[in-house]
Amino acid sequence: MPASAAAVLDALGDSRRRSILERLLGGPMAVGVLAEQLPISRPAVSQHLRVLKEAELVIEAVAGTRHLYRINPAGFEAVRDYFDRFWTTALDNFAALARAEAATRTDPADESGSEREEKWDEH
Amino acid sequence: MSIEPNTVPSTEIVVHRTVSVPLAADRAFALFTERMSDWWPREHSIGSSAIAQVVVEPHTGGRWFERGVDGTECQWGRVARWEPPGELVLLWQIGTNWTFDPSLETEVEISFTADTAGTSTVVELRHRHLERYGDQAETMRGVFDSPGGWTGILTRYVEVAS
Repeated sequence: MPASAAAVLDALGDSRRRSILERLLGGPMAVGVLAEQLPISRPAVSQHLRVLKEAELVIEAVAGTRHLYRINPAGFEAVRDYFDRFWTTALDNFAALARAEAATRTDPADESGSEREEKWDEH
Repeated sequence: MSIEPNTVPSTEIVVHRTVSVPLAADRAFALFTERMSDWWPREHSIGSSAIAQVVVEPHTGGRWFERGVDGTECQWGRVARWEPPGELVLLWQIGTNWTFDPSLETEVEISFTADTAGTSTVVELRHRHLERYGDQAETMRGVFDSPGGWTGILTRYVEVAS
């Protein structure tokens, strides 16, 4: 079950959480590294990461003793889904237009059916 | 096993669609770019009036914009690569608030590959770097709430997905 749109939007509604996400777009990071790079205390970073995790925007991975956080692409499902639908419709339209175009160009005999039949009967 | 943050590639979010059309590559390319107005989903407009024309200026660095029936132009992005008949890259720079945002660059990469007979062409489209919308999350709420925005689509998606 995907996180609700409301949870995602609430998570993204905070500028500090967005700055954390922006850092994570470059690759996975540990809490300590994030706290060093951002003007946010380590406990606050942990708390923001928890909210982002609940919204399914980030994933926590344990590597030995380190806890790394990374972007969860599935959290951007709404954006991807929107464009997926959009381009499906657009390319369907384009293919229909291309088929119509091909029919008019390669079938000039359409207007005089007999001529076309003659050609085809040559075999 | 250890994970080195610096060696992990950044997460890229891509939408990928493919269609095959019964035209040679050069004609498919021309149809795609010169007659975009004829296949573009009309409701996808950011202008103040309905779309009269969708224009892709035919050179690298050209503009990509819509012209409304009232004559106003709204830029959508730029032409990053113009290489007929095989390759076209458009920069889609429409922010989540449905206005042109020069600081946002998502890439629409289209390749036209003809079959050996030259009678049909596979058109492959990749809309790349959608993760960059993550930087624009502040305005996302407006997108979801706007009329014709994402709310309905998302609601339907959640209904289907759950």
